[in-house]
Amino acid sequence: MNPFEYVAPSDLREASSLLGSRWGQTEVLAGGTDLVTSLKQGITKPKRLVSLKNIPELKRIQVKKNTVRIGAMVTLRDLAANATIQEEFPALVTAIDGIGSSQIINAGTVAGDLCQRPRCWYFRNGFGLLAEDNGDSLVRTGDNRYHAIFGNDGRALFVNASSLAPALIALQAEISIVGAAGREREINAGDLFQAPNNGEDREVALRANEIVSEIKLPRENMQNASYEVRHRHGLDWPYATASVALKIRSGIAREASVVLGHVAPTPWPAVAASNLLNGARVDASLAEAVGEAAARGAKPLSGNAYKVQMVKTAVKRALLAAANA
Amino acid sequence: MAKVAWPEKGDRKILGSRIPRQDGPPKVTGTAKYSYDINRPDMLWGKLVTSPNAHAELISVDTSVAAAIPGVKAVWVDEELVGDELRYVGQVIACVAADTEEAAIEGAEKVKLQLKALEHQVADDDVALSSGRPSNKEQGNLDEGFAGADVVVEGEYGIAVITHCCLEPHGQVTEVKDGELHVWPSTQNVSRYANQFGDEIEIPQNKIHVDTQYMGGGFGSKFNIDKWGIIGAKLSQETGRPVKIMLDRKEELMIAGNRPSGFAKIKVGLQKDGLISAVDAEVWGSGGQGAFRAPPIPYVFTKVPNTRLVGKGIRTNRGGVRAWRAPNHPQGALLTMSAVDDAAAALGMDSLEFFMKNAALTDRPEVYREELQIAANIIGYRQKAHARGDSGSGPVKRGLGISMHTWGGRGHPSECDVTINSDGSVEAKIGSQDLGTGTRTCIAMVIAETLGLPYEAVTVHLGRNSYPQSGASGGSTTIGGISVSARRAATDALNDLLKTVAGRLGTTDDKLEASAGRIHQIEKAGGGVSWREACSMLGPNSITKRGINNPGESQQEGLISAGVGGVQIADVSVDVETGIVTMNEMVAVQDCGLIVNMKLAESQVYGALIMGITYALYEESIYDSKTGIMLNPDMEFYRLAGIKDVGDLKVHMMTGKGYDDRGIIGIGEPPAISPGAAISNAVANACGVRVPSLPLTPERVIAALQKGGDIA
Ligand SMILES: Cc1cc2nc3c(=O)[nH]c(=O)nc-3n(C[C@H](O)[C@H](O)[C@H](O)COP(=O)(O)OP(=O)(O)OC[C@H]3O[C@@H](n4cnc5c(N)ncnc54)[C@H](O)[C@@H]3O)c2cc1C
Repeated sequence: MNPFEYVAPSDLREASSLLGSRWGQTEVLAGGTDLVTSLKQGITKPKRLVSLKNIPELKRIQVKKNTVRIGAMVTLRDLAANATIQEEFPALVTAIDGIGSSQIINAGTVAGDLCQRPRCWYFRNGFGLLAEDNGDSLVRTGDNRYHAIFGNDGRALFVNASSLAPALIALQAEISIVGAAGREREINAGDLFQAPNNGEDREVALRANEIVSEIKLPRENMQNASYEVRHRHGLDWPYATASVALKIRSGIAREASVVLGHVAPTPWPAVAASNLLNGARVDASLAEAVGEAAARGAKPLSGNAYKVQMVKTAVKRALLAAANA
Repeated sequence: MAKVAWPEKGDRKILGSRIPRQDGPPKVTGTAKYSYDINRPDMLWGKLVTSPNAHAELISVDTSVAAAIPGVKAVWVDEELVGDELRYVGQVIACVAADTEEAAIEGAEKVKLQLKALEHQVADDDVALSSGRPSNKEQGNLDEGFAGADVVVEGEYGIAVITHCCLEPHGQVTEVKDGELHVWPSTQNVSRYANQFGDEIEIPQNKIHVDTQYMGGGFGSKFNIDKWGIIGAKLSQETGRPVKIMLDRKEELMIAGNRPSGFAKIKVGLQKDGLISAVDAEVWGSGGQGAFRAPPIPYVFTKVPNTRLVGKGIRTNRGGVRAWRAPNHPQGALLTMSAVDDAAAALGMDSLEFFMKNAALTDRPEVYREELQIAANIIGYRQKAHARGDSGSGPVKRGLGISMHTWGGRGHPSECDVTINSDGSVEAKIGSQDLGTGTRTCIAMVIAETLGLPYEAVTVHLGRNSYPQSGASGGSTTIGGISVSARRAATDALNDLLKTVAGRLGTTDDKLEASAGRIHQIEKAGGGVSWREACSMLGPNSITKRGINNPGESQQEGLISAGVGGVQIADVSVDVETGIVTMNEMVAVQDCGLIVNMKLAESQVYGALIMGITYALYEESIYDSKTGIMLNPDMEFYRLAGIKDVGDLKVHMMTGKGYDDRGIIGIGEPPAISPGAAISNAVANACGVRVPSLPLTPERVIAALQKGGDIA
């Protein structure tokens, strides 16, 4: 870990003004459960850390009539314990519970979960986010058992590590961002993520001096659920997840959205699966077919074809769980 | 007069009871100091500089930038390596000592290595990569064996390289002061640590003081002083300051020891009645640096009449092999028990019946049959058992699997001093070590039993090389060694005391005994004098006696012996749509002779089951063929089981006739042998196909199911 300056302003504008305009000069510090590991691994060597812990408005959950507004610094624990979240958004609760570690859930924050860096073992061992060696992908020819089966045509082959993101995207969440000079913008949750194609960009579509300030969750009475394929029960990320949100009227699915996690460089909307689902009668055989549809188009690398099977199952089970909710 | 022989069942007051470990409270409250916790005034931190390449020529080492970093006090370089080959990532080249850990790390990063990359080879699972002359062991006549078989089954099986992953990594704090060397190493080998400095350091052995009060796991990887032990001493000598060098997790996982992999092609012949008639095995694998020894196949079934075992080693550019809890037995068990269980399934024979039948081909048929029966009863085998793959229509399939194992465990040479003071206090000194197994507690129990005192009356000092020497804690040899040396010393000391007391009471020592805190006429408990009064008769003197365990003699006297059997049955669920294996229950039935402390013996088995479930389901050392690096030198992808992953664990220790009368036998290793095999067999029973290699990760389970045509 390199020496760095630490600042903890109490104002969001000030915080963003303390951030550099290029990635890696500075880093935003939330709960630190991922960032501190990254610092120790030397995969980022910032000159300054800007902690958000003294900015009170980032720690609030506001339940409004049509939305739930979740501050960036709300801990995963507080989110999972919120009564409205528990009642209306089980897909989020499953994603948080699955992390399994009280310490991480207590310290980790919602924006930190969304912006956490990928777990790719080439990346974490110092070969860079794209894990290339003289222009060759170490992932393609190497051990890619935990890498992407979708969206892997480009140079990014890691998987996005957030389990909350697919659920938030399925639930049509929006994300508020504050940048230089307090400039605010709002994007769909799905647009927070990108598959970088050069060594400069990150996997979040933010500028280096932008800060996620809030997540807005519409209260649309969507039935929703996540299913995670996990091996260990704690201190681990899942192999694959699916989050499903939909409305069911007289047995027929509407406004359905299926989003996969941990299978692509970004959370991966399973468009064909959502389309198949919309207007169809929800039952076990449909769930099977939707699972198949979600897996179609997967392009496994040399060592991760098994994930295709997991996707089918995760989608099927998430859909059945959402339908029964 | 007290006798050395262990008391009969009805006469045991403390032996076999469930006294909680002495080291529990200090560990839970944090007062226990591990090597990692030792901080000396003015101490420097040492950080190793290691090879980034799996194979390279080390052309030069430039320490000038590192040495100039503020806080850096010394840089040691292994000059002999310069110009030589580096053979694995993590190989120790140099070490930087600095005022702070941060400065040491920065210094280590700034040591410039000039390297010329050479070709490396890190794959350990492909027989085509093997080199050297294969080993070959044959018995009987294979052709006849297979010709006489009614079923012949052939399969491929494997078990990955794992490491010890000690929670406390390797390392030590070293302080050279006034010509004497003090060292606090994390070691399994207190008495034979100082001699390992050899000629590397010019300090006589009688001025080397080794101290290990608590250590956080060794499992066979901490017998040696290691290069960092020597470096610590040299850096301390050079700087005149204490130096702490502890490996970080990455180093611990790369260079502190590998358990070799084992992959095998095995052909098994069975008679109609299920008896194994022939086993033909070709096995290959690697643990990195170091020779490959073929694991025993057929394991446990040593009386299979016709066998062949061909072993082929693969040389890899990975860290070195070290003994891992029952070296080669877990591999032997997994490879053998999987192959024979597949043969039983092909014959359509129930696994329990099959193992019962083939107990006849082991060295201790009666023990295994009894243990199989007990294990089957505890897990409810008859109610739950089903033919392989016959496990219902839902996606989650349940299954049972069995394995059996054996181990030696005869007590090592050990010496122990027991002192009885005139105020009645009792203490023992022994150059052994408590790895977390409960050695302290067991020594105190043996002495208290011998002296007829409550357990709390005895103080045990261990972990220092100034105490009488005792063997390294390896091979499950500690409990036998220390129990006998402590018993002999305590018996001799007591007999001296009895003499003194006899004189005062006007009787003879052969008419006296010690029990319940008194010294009294034989069989007249409650009479005589109190322990304290008796000891006060020593006047200003105390009694110190040295007890020695000479293994051969002690075995002849029935105090210790060797050779245990154990049976384990696993109950698992396999989600065939995700490949996830979940532990429901695991039963371990274990024999280990006379049990000193029932609770600690069981704890050993629980720990072994957890470690075993870990390597069965999660754990493996993964290397990247292109870069030659270890891809998972961290606690994220080097997966260990957590408490929610292990299911319900049940332990049954064999006691009573036929067991207690064998004397004391070690238990550290045997229960760690079978989990992989039992769990693999349970998975095969559940989902109908063999997942050939451990760990049984979902990717391997899905691949096996797809190959078997069970899923698309
Ligand atoms: C063992 C383990 C298991 C885990 N399992 C899972 C799992 O199963 N599923 C899952 O989803 N996660 C999992 N996690 C990840 C965990 O959820 C994240 O580490 C945590 O949510 C990060 O939150 P934090 O507040 O600690 O972020 P930090 O570590 O402080 O930050 C993480 C990253 O996000 C950036 N960041 C943080 N806040 C903002 C902001 N407001 N605006 C812009 N950038 C920001 C930081 O700069 C940094 O790059 C696991 C973590 C561990 C250690």
